[in-house]
This record gives sequence, C-alpha cells and structure tokens, in this order.
Amino acid sequence: MPKLQEMAKKKTAFSSGHRLCAGCPVPIFTKMLTRVTDYDIVVGSATGCLEVASSIFPYSAWNVPWIHTAFENAAATMSGVEAMARVRSKRNGNAKKIKCVAIGGDGGTYDIGIQALSAAMERGHDLLYICYDNGAYMNTGIQRSGATPLGAATTTTPAGQVIAGKQQQRKDLSKIMVAHHIDYVAQASIHDPIDLSEKIKKGIELDGPAFLNILSPCVPGWRINPDMAVESASLAVETCFWPLYEVDSGDYTVNYKPGKKRPVSDWLLTQGRFRHLKDPQWAHLIDEFQSLIDEQWDWLVAQEKKA
Amino acid sequence: MPETRAITGNGAIAEAMRQIAPDVVAAFPITPSTQIIEDFAGFVADGKVDTELITVESEHSAMSACIGASAAGGRVMTATSANGLALMWEMLYVAAGMRQPILVAVVNRALSAPINIHCDHGDSMGARDAGWIQIYAENNQQAYDNMIMAPAIAGHADVRLPLMVCLDGFIISHSIETMQLEEDRQVQAFIGEHKAFHSLLDTANPSSWGALDLHDYYIEHKKAQQVAMANAKPVIEEVSERFGKEFGRRYELFESYRLDDAERVVVAINSVAGELKEVIDELRDEGEKVGLLKIRVFRPFPYAEIAAALKNSKIVTVLDRSTSMGAYGPLFVEICSSLYDANPRPMLYSRTFGLGGRELLLDDIRDLFEESKRYLNEGKIEKTSDFLNVRGG
Repeated sequence: MPKLQEMAKKKTAFSSGHRLCAGCPVPIFTKMLTRVTDYDIVVGSATGCLEVASSIFPYSAWNVPWIHTAFENAAATMSGVEAMARVRSKRNGNAKKIKCVAIGGDGGTYDIGIQALSAAMERGHDLLYICYDNGAYMNTGIQRSGATPLGAATTTTPAGQVIAGKQQQRKDLSKIMVAHHIDYVAQASIHDPIDLSEKIKKGIELDGPAFLNILSPCVPGWRINPDMAVESASLAVETCFWPLYEVDSGDYTVNYKPGKKRPVSDWLLTQGRFRHLKDPQWAHLIDEFQSLIDEQWDWLVAQEKKA
Repeated sequence: MPETRAITGNGAIAEAMRQIAPDVVAAFPITPSTQIIEDFAGFVADGKVDTELITVESEHSAMSACIGASAAGGRVMTATSANGLALMWEMLYVAAGMRQPILVAVVNRALSAPINIHCDHGDSMGARDAGWIQIYAENNQQAYDNMIMAPAIAGHADVRLPLMVCLDGFIISHSIETMQLEEDRQVQAFIGEHKAFHSLLDTANPSSWGALDLHDYYIEHKKAQQVAMANAKPVIEEVSERFGKEFGRRYELFESYRLDDAERVVVAINSVAGELKEVIDELRDEGEKVGLLKIRVFRPFPYAEIAAALKNSKIVTVLDRSTSMGAYGPLFVEICSSLYDANPRPMLYSRTFGLGGRELLLDDIRDLFEESKRYLNEGKIEKTSDFLNVRGG
C-alpha cells in the first residue's frame, strides 16, 4: 500500500478550481483515483454535484478522460466504455490496460441508477462503481433519497409540526450489491484516507466488477459547518451508523471496530438536519434509530465471524 | 460474390451489421426488431464477427452503453422498436448532442397505449426532433442498402451525427423477400475505416465529454448540430451516388415515381409505397396522371428538392402513418412547409392511415385517387385531414 505522503506527490485525476462547495469532501476520493494505481483510468459520472461542479463548459477539473451522459446510467455508459477498452486490448495485446471507474451520488446510485448499476455488475464488466453517499439529492437542493436516514429533514421530508422528517429507514445498498456475488463490495468513509485509498486501489485493480460506497457528508444538506465534514464522517463510523467493511469474494471483513460504540445521538445531534429530534416528542425516533444501528452492526459482525 | 437470397428484413439488417462489423453492439430485445439482435448474437457466437455484444437490461442502458462505447472510439450499433425507442428517448438527444455517429435500426411499431405490436411510424416520427438522421426504406433491399450506406454518412467528418434506418415492423421486418446481399469485402471497402474523435481511451490526451453547458455556450452547440444536419444532405447524396456506382442500385433523397407530369401526387413513407406504385401503374394505364413521391430521407428534410419535384403537381395527398395529437401529421406539416412558397401552390391535404398495423388495401388506394380527382375537379378540398379505414369515420 502506498504511503499517503508518496501518494500526494503523484499526479491527481482531479484538479483544483472545481466548483464543489467549500468543505465538500468529495475531492478527497476523486483526487486519489490516479494516485492509488499505475493503471490508466477513464471516469464516468452520473448527473449530480460532482458532475456539475467539475465540468462547467469550457472548463473541466478532470485530468483523466471523463464522460457524463445522464443521471440514471453511469454504470451503463461505462459498460460501453469498458467494452470498447476490451476491444482495444483484444486488437492490441501490448496496449496498456485501461481501467474504468463510474461515480454517482446516492440519487444516481441507490435510486434512479440502481437498474443500470445492478445490470452492469451482473454482466461482470471490469468496472469500479463508486457511490458517494451524502444521504439526499443534494444537487437539486436536498430532497430525500433512498439513502436518507430515518428522521432526517430534507426539502421533501421537512421536519414539521406533525411529521418529523423522513419516516423510513434508508435502504442498504451495499448489501444489495453483495447479493450480486461480485468480486468486491466495500464501504469506506472520506475521513479515513488509508482505508479509503486501499479500497479504491483494490476496486480499480481487480479484474471484474466492484462496488465502493463512500460516506460523504454534505455541508449544506447535513447543515453542518464547512469544517465539519471529516469529523461528521468520523462520528458516523464511531457510532456504527456507517461501518467500514469489505466483502472480498464473499468474505466479510469489518475494517474498523470502535473500542466503545458511541451513541448515535452523538452523530445525529451535531447535524442541523436532525435538530428537530431534540424535541422530546421525537425522542423515540432516536431510540428507534439506535436499535436499527445496533441490529445492523450485530448482523455485520456475525457475518465476519461466519467467514 | 454478391448473393441473391430470400431473407426477412430483420435478417437483412443483421447481415448488414455483420458486414459493418461494429466494435460494440448494446441491445435489448423488443418485437418486431428482436430477430436482428438474435441473428447478430449468432454471428458473434460463431465467430463470424468480432464485436463486443452487451446484452443490457433495457433500451435506456442500450443507448447509454452505445454512447459510452462510441465516445471511447468505437463503431457502435443497435436495433429497437416502439416502446424501446421511447425508453431511449432521453439518450437519443444525448447521442446527437454529443455528436456520436451511432447507428440504429428502428423497426417501426406503434407506441402504447393501447399496446400494439404492429407497424406505424409513431416511434421514429416522435424522435424526429432528437437530432438523428432518419432514412426510411420501402423494402428489405432498401433497408439493407440504407444500413450499408449509414456508417459513411453518420461518421463523415462534416456530419458526426447518429443515424436511424427505419423499416416497417412485420411488413418488412418479418417478410421474406428475394434480395441481393453484397460481398463482405466489397461492403467493407465501401464503408471504410471508422475514425474516432477524441476517444476516451486516448489517456495521453484526456478529453471531457458531456460537460454542463449553460447559457453562454449551449445555443452555439445546438447551432453546430443544425449545421452538421445541413451538411448531412450533400453527404447522403454523395454516399448514395457512390453506392450506386459500386452496387448498381441508385438512391436519392426521395424517390420520384412517375412524377414528372403527374397532376395528382401521393407523398408517403416506407412499405406502403409498394402498393401505391401498383395502383399508380394501373391508373396510368387508364390514362390518369398520377404519381408518387416516396420519402427516403426525413431528417435532414429536403424542403427545396421536394418543392421542385412537386412543381407540376396540382393536388398532393400526404399519407402519414403516425399522428400528432392535436395537430396535423408530421409528414403533412413538412410537405406544407416545402410548398409554402410554390407558385402556383398545389392543393394539399392529409390522410392518416395504418396506425397499429391497420391495412391499406389496393382498393383503398384507388378510392384515395378517386377522391383526389374529385377534389381537383371541384377545386375544393372537402376534408383537409382525415383518417383512412377507420370505424366511425
């Protein structure tokens, strides 16, 4: 594994001058893409924050070949690119191998893009799909998604007098991807660059489909200060809301186990989107949230033990 | 050696695809175009063509994968019909806007609802504003020939636009006709090498595709697409002429059938032209001055050329095999636009027929010409727009 200091000296896939929000942690992983591997890469983005902020014509933040076509189809678009990369290798055995990376937010991945993603993984393309999960449709102004946690206030699930934010728990997309029996599925977080870079490297370099789900706090969407993204991601992991784990050829490894699991309220109540949960009438939602996390964490640790 | 073979329209398109030998095909089955991809999958499985076939989970992903493969420098094709084309809709505009010369065989079929698997042109006509070149075919031979010409047109440096070859569902796709399949090597020499522009796989010279394009550039890019579409017209003529010299079958932007001195003209698209010609021949034998203008290239639309071809006509009946709810049929609208400046301007009216596969028989066509004769004699069009062969009509 390359040291972070060494990695930082390598040319990055993603240049400064992009227009992501101040404090947005997405560039933490986009900058790593070329730094973790010696392969040449092509990147495809779903419509979303990263796409609009990195490509306002005539500028581009991308130092690698990059394509965006629409919202729901990053995996399908990159299936075509990957097929063409295979044609190239077939015709010229000496050609340097090109690796494909698709990137979507939780809107483009959990929701509108899940069909194209599922099918691309099932077809077995040599493709790493990265989801940066910030828990809502942030690019269009913070509407709820299938990844929005229970109780979170969004512009389509506002915290009102009688309804306290989103009424459903989030779907577990990483688990859905494991059910595809692909080579590699992992969850990572932008606050842990060593774990994150190892997972990106694995996902890019293995020959076959891989899925990486990265927790990526959103400053305006989570209603946190611009200097809080890394800390908020760290709290999500310490409370076990967002376990860091990987499933390598079906075998589970939990990459980080907090010495003492912190209560989820430590994470929730530092974000404006959960502020309303401080109201005693919604206290039961915090309890419900905690029991969901406990149940899912126990399940995960049990999977590791089975292996 | 060229081969004379009895083959379905779908089979002929699949043979054309084998000969074109695209780098990537991404496709999803839909009636009545399915056989194209089934036959092609057979060619891939037998090693007769060296194509990466991506069997996607939807037409939306089919077109998305086609765009990705094309931007990665590949020659790319697919086939679809009706609801499949509709599901591609969003990506049709993206393919055209990104100037990817993707080739699609559209086997024309009615759109739902009500669900119907038979022929009309509602699918491709609905896509007429998407920025694709559209070329239509009367029969199996023309569908095959159009497809052989397609790569040279779409991929031309002055054009770089996606192209759909349209043929009538079942009537052509499933009918066996005797036709000529040209020799592989001669076809491949005619098509030439595919030239990639700013391929995504050129990692030494990275390019960004599909950037956010706001009010400061979007309209220039749309204008550039219009210019490319205008460029397509002479390129289609040039490629068609080269095709004629090479293979002996000559094509123009549209076909003029007994048109020179025709007073009463029908304008139509696709397979119905066969029946129209049959009736026109009979009526000519009876001394009637009737003729046909059969559209081949619908996008770019050859307004001036059509106006010139119809300059001697006195009455023009436009047959639309699709309808625009609350408006006239799309072909009628274009013919009216073509003739607006004509002096004298022929009488014009619209008839919609064949939706969902409703047949138009030879007797119906005779009635149609009878009607145009009456209108011409009376100097008055009774009904500007109407449906043919419809209950309660």
